[in-house]
Amino acid sequence: MAIGLGHYLTVAAILFTLGTLGIFLNRKNVIVILMSVELILLAVNINLVAFSVFLGNITGQIFALFVLTVAAAEAAIGLAILVVFYRNRGSIAVEDINTMKG
Amino acid sequence: MSLAALFFYLFAGVAVASAFMVIASRNPVHSVLFLILTFVNASGLFILIGAEFLAMLLVVVYVGAVAVLFLFVVMMLDVDFVELRQGFLQYLPVGVLVGLVFLAELVLVFGSWSFGEGVTGAVATVVSDVPNTVQIGRVLYTEYVYFFQAAGLILLVAMIGAIVLTLRHKENVKRQSIPVQNARTKATAMDVVKVPSGKGL
Repeated sequence: MAIGLGHYLTVAAILFTLGTLGIFLNRKNVIVILMSVELILLAVNINLVAFSVFLGNITGQIFALFVLTVAAAEAAIGLAILVVFYRNRGSIAVEDINTMKG
Repeated sequence: MSLAALFFYLFAGVAVASAFMVIASRNPVHSVLFLILTFVNASGLFILIGAEFLAMLLVVVYVGAVAVLFLFVVMMLDVDFVELRQGFLQYLPVGVLVGLVFLAELVLVFGSWSFGEGVTGAVATVVSDVPNTVQIGRVLYTEYVYFFQAAGLILLVAMIGAIVLTLRHKENVKRQSIPVQNARTKATAMDVVKVPSGKGL
């Protein structure tokens, strides 16, 4: 049985669902939420690369590269904000992050 | 079953299992380590599919930089993670419900999905001797050079932002200031006092 596009899309779908599930389950821990976002971006990258290869078009991999860049920047800024927040409030629980009354 | 299929199921299975452990494990350090395992297996999938450059990039950027950053932050913050796990099961029903609905929708999309009319004609498996990295380089530095520069700018802004956010100046810390030292003259550094004899200062 040959491995086709559908197999890769299925893996990406499962990873994406696990990422959203992680955001829902770990409602209190910001670090795990950030990790779930990374999982979601990884699933998107798998989709992009799978389509790129099976359609014979390299542009998808270029786009995956840019998604990787943005994910790295997002992780750096998010963790910096987290460190500053912990320094000021002494907690990283999501329910304590209510300074902006959002 | 061919060897490629065997490796696909190995990589995919381990990736999915470790992704589950990322969101399910009690210790955030274990979560980060399972995240690294997920990324390594995803890069294995990329190698299987023929995208070697992105596979290496995934290992270098994600495992080498992002996951280690996560590890640093998790170990640096002295948080009572057991307390954060309270109420974990409170959101389990709604989380599982949303996840199942989401997965069902994705399965429906993938089940009924097919290439469009114009696309299928253009679909051609690239059978060329040009390596994946060369292909990416040829397109990235010509057609997408402005986007490439913009990505660099994004990384620069992220770096400056992270530094500005986390840098803090402590009060009452004595530091060497070379301009101040060089600006000292005899007049500012010394004070000649006439001491009257027998009286002291």
